Amino acid sequence: MLTFQCPYCGVQACETELAAGGEAHLKRFGPGSSDEDFEGYLFLRPNVKGVHFERWRHAMGCGKWFLAARCTATLEVFGTYPAQTTEPPPEIIAAIKARRPDWSLS
Amino acid sequence: MSIRLSTGGRLIDRSRKIGFSFNGKQMMAHPGDTLASALMANGQMIMGRSFKYHRPRGVVASGAEEPNALVNLGKGKRHEPNQRATLTEVFDGLEATSQNHWPSLNWDIGEVNALFARLLPAGFYYKTFIHPRPFWKHVFEPFIRQSAGLGRAPDPRHSDPDRYEQFYAHADLVIAGGGIAGLQAALAAGRAGLKVILCEQSAQWGGRAPIDGVEIDGQPAADWVDAAVAELAQMPHVDLRLRLMAAGVYDHGYVIGYERLGDHAPGQDTPRHRLWRIRAGRIIAATGALERPLSFAGNDKPGVMLASAMRDYVVNWGVAPGARTVIVTNNDDAYRTALALVAAGLSVPCIVDARPEANGPLVQEARASGLRVLTGMGIASVKGLRGVVAVQLCAQDGAGEVLEDVVCDAVAMSGGWSPVVHLWSHCGGKLTWDAAGAFFRPDHARPPTDQKGQGFVICAGAADGALLADETMVNAAKSVGRVLAEHGKSGAAVPVAKAAAEAPMQPVWVMPAGAGVKKRAKMWLDFQNDVKVSDVQLAAREGYESVEHTKRYTTLGMATDQGKLSNINGLAVLAQALDEDIPRVGTTTFRPPYTPISMGAIAGEARGEIFQPLRRTPIHGWHEENGAHWEPVGHWRRPYCFPKKGESHRDAVNREIMATRNGVGLLDASTLGKIIVKGPDAGRFLDMLYTNMMSTLAPGKCRYGLMCSENGFLIDDGVVARLDAESFLVHTTTGGADRIHAHMEDWLQCEWWDWQVYTANVTEQWAQIAVVGPKARAVLEKLGADFDISAAGLPFMAWAEGKIGGFTARAFRISFSGELSFEIAVPAAQGRAFWEALLRAGVEFGITPYGTEALHVMRAEKGFIMIGDETDGTVIPQDLGLAWAISKKKGDYLGKRAQERSHMTDPTRWKLVGLETLDGSVLPDGSYAVADGVNANGQRNTQGRVTSTYFSPTLGRGIAMGLVLHGPDRMGEVLDFNTTKKDAKGEMRMIKARIVSPVFFDPAGEKQNV
Repeated sequence: MLTFQCPYCGVQACETELAAGGEAHLKRFGPGSSDEDFEGYLFLRPNVKGVHFERWRHAMGCGKWFLAARCTATLEVFGTYPAQTTEPPPEIIAAIKARRPDWSLS
Repeated sequence: MSIRLSTGGRLIDRSRKIGFSFNGKQMMAHPGDTLASALMANGQMIMGRSFKYHRPRGVVASGAEEPNALVNLGKGKRHEPNQRATLTEVFDGLEATSQNHWPSLNWDIGEVNALFARLLPAGFYYKTFIHPRPFWKHVFEPFIRQSAGLGRAPDPRHSDPDRYEQFYAHADLVIAGGGIAGLQAALAAGRAGLKVILCEQSAQWGGRAPIDGVEIDGQPAADWVDAAVAELAQMPHVDLRLRLMAAGVYDHGYVIGYERLGDHAPGQDTPRHRLWRIRAGRIIAATGALERPLSFAGNDKPGVMLASAMRDYVVNWGVAPGARTVIVTNNDDAYRTALALVAAGLSVPCIVDARPEANGPLVQEARASGLRVLTGMGIASVKGLRGVVAVQLCAQDGAGEVLEDVVCDAVAMSGGWSPVVHLWSHCGGKLTWDAAGAFFRPDHARPPTDQKGQGFVICAGAADGALLADETMVNAAKSVGRVLAEHGKSGAAVPVAKAAAEAPMQPVWVMPAGAGVKKRAKMWLDFQNDVKVSDVQLAAREGYESVEHTKRYTTLGMATDQGKLSNINGLAVLAQALDEDIPRVGTTTFRPPYTPISMGAIAGEARGEIFQPLRRTPIHGWHEENGAHWEPVGHWRRPYCFPKKGESHRDAVNREIMATRNGVGLLDASTLGKIIVKGPDAGRFLDMLYTNMMSTLAPGKCRYGLMCSENGFLIDDGVVARLDAESFLVHTTTGGADRIHAHMEDWLQCEWWDWQVYTANVTEQWAQIAVVGPKARAVLEKLGADFDISAAGLPFMAWAEGKIGGFTARAFRISFSGELSFEIAVPAAQGRAFWEALLRAGVEFGITPYGTEALHVMRAEKGFIMIGDETDGTVIPQDLGLAWAISKKKGDYLGKRAQERSHMTDPTRWKLVGLETLDGSVLPDGSYAVADGVNANGQRNTQGRVTSTYFSPTLGRGIAMGLVLHGPDRMGEVLDFNTTKKDAKGEMRMIKARIVSPVFFDPAGEKQNV
């Protein structure tokens, strides 16, 4: 039962009111894309052990989707941020690097 | 034989007697007794039978770790199996029966299994029952099922008469364990003002310290405990709970607690159990340690028990398991038991100590009191069939040559102690091997971590490996000090605990060390599942190197006690057999709950009518009053049909259909999903969501559309109405409203966040009623509309709004039946009034309410697909002949790219057709069209399947839809469909059906377009 702070309404929410949405920052490939790109977009996930960016919806709360950076091994949460971005914001990267100096955004 | 002593027993009230029964026999106990102590006080040493060999078993422990003394409690509606006698507090009238025996506890036919023990080694089932194959189903499995199983499940015809509830709580600190470490931690945290929940699984505070003669700050431990509890009880921010077990620790400080409120005092007006769902800032696991058995031949016989349990029974309950007890140990702590027995006037013929030397203070005290201490010795075997009559002694170093027989009727064994690290481990805390104590303890460098990456479980006292009382206190103070420091506070003075010092223990995993195979096959590791030293060694020889695999192969630690006593001994034996170090072999995973918790507590109040919330349409009440036969649809209840008195459901459905097709029917369609999509980019958004074009829809018009997932598969369908230039009303399937609304929000918030679109799920704001049939317009005209509802003024696939019969209404000319149809939405609060107004106006037209089954049949007669019938998550619109609803012009929509994949364009995909049985019967739902030959599994090949099948009263015959290989190209061909019935020759009966168009009725659509 993970807890995340919803960046919209500020509630510290646990999984009973959240819905998980898988990996964040996927780039959508539509008509005209190659089979490889489309397969990667739709199916292939690295399933990392360590720093992971993921989608959550405050489904039983304010209804907003947000993104979270957390460590899948230690369950540490580096931060949550609005979903309207294609990449993790600098303050989230900084928070991760403060805890994981060797980590870099690949 | 076990007896009640004339004195002693700190927990029992000797002034009062209460009655209970065991296997129907009336017995007496004192308040404060557990069932285990009370049974022994009545001379009942055998309390159960083992699982595999049905060996007679007595109690071996005194707490939650007990593997043997599992009983059935209560009867009838309150019957409950597998309850530990050691945790069951006796109350007046308690009824218990033993389990896993037949015909009686003392004489069990299954005991013959033990004679064949040689033939039932580890992995026996896997090795033996493979061939011949059919034997498994018909011979082996029924036999094994009959003799397997522990206890008897409650009678399913009864519902549990007791009440259960759940508590939600938040705390700065949850302390699990009310021994001296937990109490000290609670005192320090409570004095510092932290919000604390202190829980103790048993009915007493203080743990082992009061039994073991510990002194704290110069006073007996029991007095210190009383004072500590009294002080804590005065603190409003400290919640003290007995009989509350911290059952599991989960992510980010989530704790599940299990409180037994009514088990010990039935008939009180309390819930029986309570499940606690706690968010804790920090968790201190002051859960103590468990003593380990020693592995010697015959260590499972009734009368052989843990040394600490023996002293618990004598000191706590004044019960002597035996009159002459041999102590066997590898450590100093067991000498406490010897001294306690002597102090209670019982005989201890000798103390068998496996260590070459023993000179600690407790040993010296034992020697000084005249006890015979034999060092470097072990037990070669235990004599006695249903109890202990003697033990044979041997040198620990040897192969078990008998040096001496010692007559005795009980054995107290101690193989050392293991910290209870379960709560530390549940959420990922790692362990380290402590060679001195021969146990795993928490590795402080690798705790379970919280949101901030900080350890959130801290073990205190014996659970952290600090076994002696003085170390325990210091350790507990240090542990709670870390929590206080995080709150910017400091701890109070640490009480000084005094207990006798102990010399180092020496690990003994097999006794004697050189025991041969015969002896090893009599050394039990897991008492409940009958796993012996020889079984684990066999597993190692057969190549099971991983402790997790060995566990599953041998079933070590897989019983209801989850290996609390057996795991360390088992993996030490495995390590020896593999010639590996114990820490390299590692432990199996500790999983919650710590001990089993009741299903009732997990369910809480969520049972019966409130198991799930029920959604009711505004017209629900009318349906109820008019005899609706209900069908659950998601959380809704919808009328399946409205049977008249004496009418069968099938007849009612047929009547409703005929009345609608020939006159007028009325359907409560309020459950239909209704989502407003509004904004400058609403049209563009719907073009992405639907496979066809929605942005070109004119205000006042309706259009049917299909929605696919990004994976290409059909997920929903429905009619979209354009309300104005910027607003659309999206109708979804009944079950789809919430899901599709979430789907829209996902794409709007996460992909196209710069598009100006707003969505609102208004499903429950409107009641929607379909007025269907050739006389539908006549009914509305009778009621009176202030807007044009004529065929010209409101044509098919148009909508208009105004007043109908005085009700504010929107009328949609859409049809799911092929009839002239108005779906009319009115504000939810007006729903029932409008329904009744329609019924009154329709009397002269024979208006007939109909349910979901009539709806289904009528849509199937028209070949309309139903999401969930024709689709199952693997079907694309192209499979269903719906290519006309897929825009060729649009560059993109959700699912478009996926539908270009080779598998999606494969011409061999099964396609939708109609199916007509040659004999007019109804095809079985889900039936397959068989093809020639068999597949790789030897199963008959298939070439299609039925997706919807009904009796059509309109056509007077069975009709069906199905997906068939090259179906649309095979019109008129006859296929064989399987059934579950067999013909006279024992062959599967087939039904022949012809491939036809899925539109069975009014193919030109003349009836709806009027």
